[in-house]
Amino acid sequence: MVLQRFGLGLLTLFVVSIIIFIGVEFLPGDIAEALLGQGASPENVAALRHELGLDRPAHIRYIDWWAGVMEGDLGTSLANRRDIAGLITMRLSNTLFLALTAAAISVPLALILGVLAALYRNSIYDRSVNVVTLGAVSAPEFLTAYVLILYFSVKLGWFPSLSNIDANTSFIDKLHQVTLPAVTLMAVILAYMMRMVRASIINLLASAYIEMAHLKGMPKLRVIVKHALPNAWAPIANIIAISLAYLVVGVVVVEVVFIYPGLGQLMVDSVSNRDIPVVQACAMIFAGTYILLNLTADIVSICTNPRLLHPK
Amino acid sequence: MTAQDATPLDPQIGRPRSTRLQGVFREILKAPITAKFGILVILVYGFVAIFAPVLTPYAETEIVGPQFDVWGEQFILGTDGLGRDMLTRLLFGARNTVGIAFITTVLAFVIGGLTGLFAAIYSGWFDQLASRVVDVLMAIPQLIFALMLLTIFGTSIPTLIIVIATLDATRIFRVTRAVSLNVVVLDYFEAARLRGERMFWLCIREILPNIMAPLMAEFGLRFCFVFLMIAALSFLGLGIQPPTADWGSMVRENAVLITYGDITPILPAIAIAILTLGVNFLVDWFLHKSSGLKDGH
Repeated sequence: MVLQRFGLGLLTLFVVSIIIFIGVEFLPGDIAEALLGQGASPENVAALRHELGLDRPAHIRYIDWWAGVMEGDLGTSLANRRDIAGLITMRLSNTLFLALTAAAISVPLALILGVLAALYRNSIYDRSVNVVTLGAVSAPEFLTAYVLILYFSVKLGWFPSLSNIDANTSFIDKLHQVTLPAVTLMAVILAYMMRMVRASIINLLASAYIEMAHLKGMPKLRVIVKHALPNAWAPIANIIAISLAYLVVGVVVVEVVFIYPGLGQLMVDSVSNRDIPVVQACAMIFAGTYILLNLTADIVSICTNPRLLHPK
Repeated sequence: MTAQDATPLDPQIGRPRSTRLQGVFREILKAPITAKFGILVILVYGFVAIFAPVLTPYAETEIVGPQFDVWGEQFILGTDGLGRDMLTRLLFGARNTVGIAFITTVLAFVIGGLTGLFAAIYSGWFDQLASRVVDVLMAIPQLIFALMLLTIFGTSIPTLIIVIATLDATRIFRVTRAVSLNVVVLDYFEAARLRGERMFWLCIREILPNIMAPLMAEFGLRFCFVFLMIAALSFLGLGIQPPTADWGSMVRENAVLITYGDITPILPAIAIAILTLGVNFLVDWFLHKSSGLKDGH
């Protein structure tokens, strides 16, 4: 079961890589023409196509591309002819740092607040949580980001509005710089996760076996820990994975607002420059992370559910 | 759009049967404050979008004053970096941003809804094919996919609409297919099919009325999603292009003002947030009313 799911994940990744690769084939004109501009002579275009390897059939290039990826070679950027792998490594670690900081705080917080909202449902707390989280989900990330900048950076001067991170930045400094971007990201996924956790716990508490446990006279805490929680792992794992996957996307906008030197910003810049190989590499990393997270969630659901783990 | 879904129309005999409009109106009066807020917001935005040219003091892209003028009598919300009136552009943004998001959502529903219906009715190879394609498309994060497609096809409004509508259609396909499958197995549908009804009739008269409620709710949610996505893309400079007045790009264009503690640049963002919030409130209430289940997801 787990293996089957794992294989499916790999297959998806493979298909996605083909889609990402094929994208280039649909380009009106091709990269060589786009690079040299309209005034280029046919000989120059042909020479560059040869240099970029564009004159070989697509499936061979695809295999070459994979071979390169396996060796850590993602090709070279069209905009500045730099090695993409080198361009990405630092930015990837910055993005991961930002995303992990946001996740490390928001996941436990969302679980606690969501369960509380479910336990005390229809109370004042629950209703205000509903309105506030809906508000947070509705606001575009850049609104949250700019409001935070306005208050905490411009008015109070506590945190920098732009992130200045390079290889020499110390950990404490990094944390300080990353605060506002991380809080922006947290606002969105926290709200989303809380709503989902609340909904799935309420669904669960409505089941017959929970009622039975209550009727037996079991203490409330014990009912939750012994009966509800084991069944809640699967939905909760799913919620966390979906939220983290959302983080992958949210990070793009947030990085642009704070000019945070991460992968999302690189991708947006490359899209404006139509720097296809960099966009491909970034898209592949984002999509890979996304697929991996969904895969993890599925495997956790299988492993925590004996009925799925030992099918008849 | 709401009342007839909750209960069968007027079961009691003797009571005068109210018209549909009256029923809707009565439901709205009973609605919680959040839903009323949502309806009000949508009406106001719709009004502004339709009458933008009448309401605004200047033309959409007209340069009327100095750059970054402060709030005052002549320019109520000041001017932007090129000296265009902020208020004018904000009001036109309602037409452009909301209009484009609306068209995109409708298109996504046409694509996703129709394929979903077909997949449910012909549960053969077409269903298999469409479902697998959707699986793969959904395995890539939407914004990333949109970014990639926009790199390939370039950024123009028609491309933007088609790309986002296609990507969103995947989710609508799933919802439509799932809810239609519940109808397809019912006896009256089987009867209609045995009567030899045409495909069009099956879709419009047999399935559609029964899946309207979840689809309406989905429309609201999808609209919010599309709207936020277009705003995000425009904000990144890859969506609606200048000089068209659009809320996402307006935030970006005027972002420098934030460092001087001026809140003007975030007004368009607030306009976005209020509309999404309004629609979300309305959908929340609608889901609550139309489905017996209170907290499903």
